[in-house]
Amino acid sequence: MAWFKNLQNTLKLNTEKKKGIPDGVWLKCKSCSEIIYRKELLKNSQVCPHCSYHFPLSADEWVDIMFDEGTFKEWDKHLQAADPLKFVDSEKYKDRLKRAQTKTGRADGVVTGSGQLNGHSVVIAIFDFGFMGGSLGSVSGEKILRAVEMAIEKRFPLIIISASGGARMQEGMFSLMQMAKTSAAIAKLGEHRLPYISILSNPTTGGVTASFASLGDINIAEPKALIALTGPRVIEKTIRETVPEGAQCAESLLKNGFIDKIVDRREMKKTISKLLEFFQE
Amino acid sequence: MLKENMLTSSGVMMNRELDMAGTATRIDSVTETKAGSKGKSKKNRPEFIDKHTAWEIVQLARNPYRPFTLDYINLIMTDFVELHGDRGFRDDGAIVGGFANFNGEPVVVLGHQRGKTTEEKLRRNFGMSYPEGYRKALRLMKLAEKFQKPVFTFIDTPGAFPGLEAEGRGSAEAIANNLKEMSRLKTPIISVIIGEGGSGGALAIGVADRILMLENAIYSVISPEGCAAILWNDESKAAEAAKRLKISAGNLLNMGIVDEIVPEPEGGAHIDYERTAANLKRAFINNLTELKELSPYLLVEQRYEKFRRIGEYLEE
Repeated sequence: MAWFKNLQNTLKLNTEKKKGIPDGVWLKCKSCSEIIYRKELLKNSQVCPHCSYHFPLSADEWVDIMFDEGTFKEWDKHLQAADPLKFVDSEKYKDRLKRAQTKTGRADGVVTGSGQLNGHSVVIAIFDFGFMGGSLGSVSGEKILRAVEMAIEKRFPLIIISASGGARMQEGMFSLMQMAKTSAAIAKLGEHRLPYISILSNPTTGGVTASFASLGDINIAEPKALIALTGPRVIEKTIRETVPEGAQCAESLLKNGFIDKIVDRREMKKTISKLLEFFQE
Repeated sequence: MLKENMLTSSGVMMNRELDMAGTATRIDSVTETKAGSKGKSKKNRPEFIDKHTAWEIVQLARNPYRPFTLDYINLIMTDFVELHGDRGFRDDGAIVGGFANFNGEPVVVLGHQRGKTTEEKLRRNFGMSYPEGYRKALRLMKLAEKFQKPVFTFIDTPGAFPGLEAEGRGSAEAIANNLKEMSRLKTPIISVIIGEGGSGGALAIGVADRILMLENAIYSVISPEGCAAILWNDESKAAEAAKRLKISAGNLLNMGIVDEIVPEPEGGAHIDYERTAANLKRAFINNLTELKELSPYLLVEQRYEKFRRIGEYLEE
């Protein structure tokens, strides 16, 4: 397992690089093109102060926003994909994995653990879209399952923050089955009368939307997040139906009745904390 | 058709051998279940070798002359009473279901239904369900639970219908909810993939105690064409994608995703409906007999364990 030792070194080396915001003092908002002072953006939970565009967050940045300082403990950090199909497309799955690991400083795309949110103990799972599009594979499925089982053991509420393109194709049917595995865990959590809050960030699509992300006791979306089973590009390509702008955004889902609330990221911690008080035993 | 007829004659000869292979496969999977072994030990089982290439199997699985859900229901069950609608929006023709009598006992049966004629294909939307179809399926499964009847589901769909209306009425939520509810349903569930098992739309009625698969069926996280389009940006690489995604019954049995392969006559299920149905009926009876010995509590716990251990990862 020498290559794993190498990876561990890379992981250490890259912890400084893992933030999603590019370097530099100033940057341009992707949505309104206004120039923003980097420090100001960071203080603003990475929401554009001019147009409220929500910049994508890495899992670590979510941890900083959601948890009371220094309280978060990560679990199962070194679980890694096994490449059960020995999958190769234009590139080996193993190489894709290595590249994503180097880029994010993470062994795979989901971070799980527990910590304090305004003093409430919670279990959390957070998707890192930067790791192969936050795709759901055996590792993320197993980590979520273990997190749920830990929540049951400790009797803590569960929060999952999704950002995912769906099932990880490179793991074939193993990845599809993670939808069943995670949903079964959520069902079990419910039987133990423990609350589950699902936060859907941009984008949440495919198998993640069609499993645990839609199953929250409370489903919360970030403003304008794309949330879909089949995203607009695939709809247009497969059945040649034109998808109007915003048809699959959080606001439409709220109107159609599939999410409870849209919450601005700057209000997220406060809102979740309020909900947790309601759930308290 | 001539080619198919020619295949029939050799198919009959081959069939006894196929049946025996099928039985052997089943016993292996049952022994494993009883030993309560973890995922890894399935490697001890002799590898099942597919008789065709991946792309040939894709063609067989999608063959329009193959038996569909209603054919099997009529061949292995009696007194089928079809029930309609999700009690919320409409009746989705892409999924059929109802009560039937199987081997002398009342059961709930449901499945995706493709069409045979052009008119029927359109009415059934080529077996691609809207959310209403999944909700109808769940309604029937809940009925089965309430009245303690076993559930049989037939999987045969290219996938959930990828349209805006379906999205707006909550395809994702309907599938997710089925996964959650099926995982705790307090009655035996046996699923069989009879043709194409297309991703979430297939899994939505496939969270079962036993997952059977016809020899020339496929079950995949994404269609080979979709995979080729995304990963190679070239749909003509579909045959290559089919092979690499490992979507055949043999592969999936070896991977521990499905529990048993139901043999088909030489040349495919469409060559001899009765014989294929008879093989399936035998597999249903054997599995149901075993499942009925479990209390509802044990049944649900074993189902949870079954899905809990699916996944391959490294832990340091």
